[in-house]
Amino acid sequence: MMDRLEAKGVGVWLGGRRVLTDVSLTVAPGEIVAVIGANGAGKSTLLKAMAGLIAPGAGVVTIGGNPLADLDRRALGQKIAYLPQDRTVHWPLTVGRLVALGRLPFRTRIAGPSADDRDAVADAMAAMDVTGFADRSVTELSGGERARVLLARALAQRPRFLVADEPTTGLDPAHGLTLFAQFVRMAALQRAVIVALHDLSLAARYCHRVLLLKDGAALAEGTPRDVLTPEWLAQAYGVRATVAQIDGRTVVLPIEPLP
Amino acid sequence: MTDVVAGARDRGGVGPAFPVLGVLATTAGLAFLASILVGPSGIGLPYGTDAARMILVEIRLPRAILGALIGGALGLSGAVLQGYLRNPLAEPGLLGISGGASLGAVIAIHSGAAAAFAIALPAGGLIGAGVAAITVMLLAGERSGPLTLILAGVAISSIAGALTTLALNLSPNPFASVEMLFWLLGSLTDRSLLHVWLAAPLIILGAGLLLTTGRALDALTLGEEAAQNLGVDLKGLRARIVAGTALAVGAATAVAGTIGFVGLVVPHLLRPLVGHEPRRLLPASAFGGAALVLAADMTLRLFAPLSEVRLGVVTALIGAPFFLWLVIKTRRELGP
Repeated sequence: MMDRLEAKGVGVWLGGRRVLTDVSLTVAPGEIVAVIGANGAGKSTLLKAMAGLIAPGAGVVTIGGNPLADLDRRALGQKIAYLPQDRTVHWPLTVGRLVALGRLPFRTRIAGPSADDRDAVADAMAAMDVTGFADRSVTELSGGERARVLLARALAQRPRFLVADEPTTGLDPAHGLTLFAQFVRMAALQRAVIVALHDLSLAARYCHRVLLLKDGAALAEGTPRDVLTPEWLAQAYGVRATVAQIDGRTVVLPIEPLP
Repeated sequence: MTDVVAGARDRGGVGPAFPVLGVLATTAGLAFLASILVGPSGIGLPYGTDAARMILVEIRLPRAILGALIGGALGLSGAVLQGYLRNPLAEPGLLGISGGASLGAVIAIHSGAAAAFAIALPAGGLIGAGVAAITVMLLAGERSGPLTLILAGVAISSIAGALTTLALNLSPNPFASVEMLFWLLGSLTDRSLLHVWLAAPLIILGAGLLLTTGRALDALTLGEEAAQNLGVDLKGLRARIVAGTALAVGAATAVAGTIGFVGLVVPHLLRPLVGHEPRRLLPASAFGGAALVLAADMTLRLFAPLSEVRLGVVTALIGAPFFLWLVIKTRRELGP
């Protein structure tokens, strides 16, 4: 289909080690897709491949049918925003300047920021509730505040596909929920979100589909109801888990490691 | 490293509205004018005699132009490398290019070529810088990050340093070794318009290349992966940085020898004034470097006109205490 981000039979080798084997995932506009799995299962690698940051050794990643490798980096940055797991910021920029970096793929070399650029930055900062500290230095913020600022940078790209690697880690419950409310708004605007997660209850509640990875391969893929079952979780994570319905919402509760 | 930077952060409330670039450009311009008007011969404008005119055009003008260009090249390249490596302790010498240029010039002196014709000395420096830059690129390999580039640069620096001392050690006579040593200390004394014609085009070309890296350096604030996502081609960026530094710093070292600390201190000092933004730091560091080298050279001419104190020694004497101050400041801010 025209506007999909598709990984087909993707295999990735890093430093001679095979970290991803024959993984396929299709993400359509309006979808929120969770990529879950134990530490080292290959979630980050898959996300990087789908953001065009790693060229897969096998298979292909396409956007609207075109291989990512055929697009130049700026064109890619206008369509896909990638939010790394690593939240290091190397210089103490102000929050406003940092969020504005998200507009770099749209800026020409000479001209200053356009009205679109300013709007996108203001919207992104408002969405992530960071407008209040626009003039503060990023290094003065708490970990959770910094995480929101970095996400605002990715939102400022106004991407058709947001690829976010564990964006909720370190966020308090309220801001974690705000984040997913933002993902839902994006999905309503026919944008799509691919998110690596460890919080399985968030995956159950907000994501349309879930891809469960184990040892670099797809173990299961489908709706949260199909994938987030005690059986699959036992296989993927080695835990005994309870999946319960509370107030009509699915809650996934890991109980104990399996022997 | 980020903590050190954060510790050195400006808290004086100098906002982006402060016309840093204008102030620095004016300072550099004034230093340039002063450099032409000031000297041990006491000649100033208006000049009367042919001799005075000769001193202005043949002696002071080349010196002022070279001082501005070389200081600008060192400051700019330092700012680019600190941004690329995301390390406030990076400096132009890190890539091995100044080491290569020094070796080339010393070989020119050692072989006697420099004594035979004047242009051989800077030409040797340029060849040395070019060979060093190409070797660093080949050594660093196709798909490598900043770390491999530094390692390659350090390796080339060490080899060039070893061969330079070997040349000194085997020097044909004491005069040659003194000449080599003095050249290595860095100086603008007795440089002619010929040196300007040789170095200026290369420095300007290199500076032009380095100035194109600003946006990429801004993006690198978020790390390499986020930078790529924001449209940065890391391979092309690295090539532009090595080529730009080879041209600008290579040519600077080839005509003036090693002038240390400018590329390290100037970007470091100016960073808080431009809100720590790598892109805005580039032109600021170019003007700041020009002003610093011109001022150091003028100090030298006014206060020690007849002594053999070299420019590179003066910049080091300014630069080293600056680092002491930085250590004390950082210790106080991070201390209990």
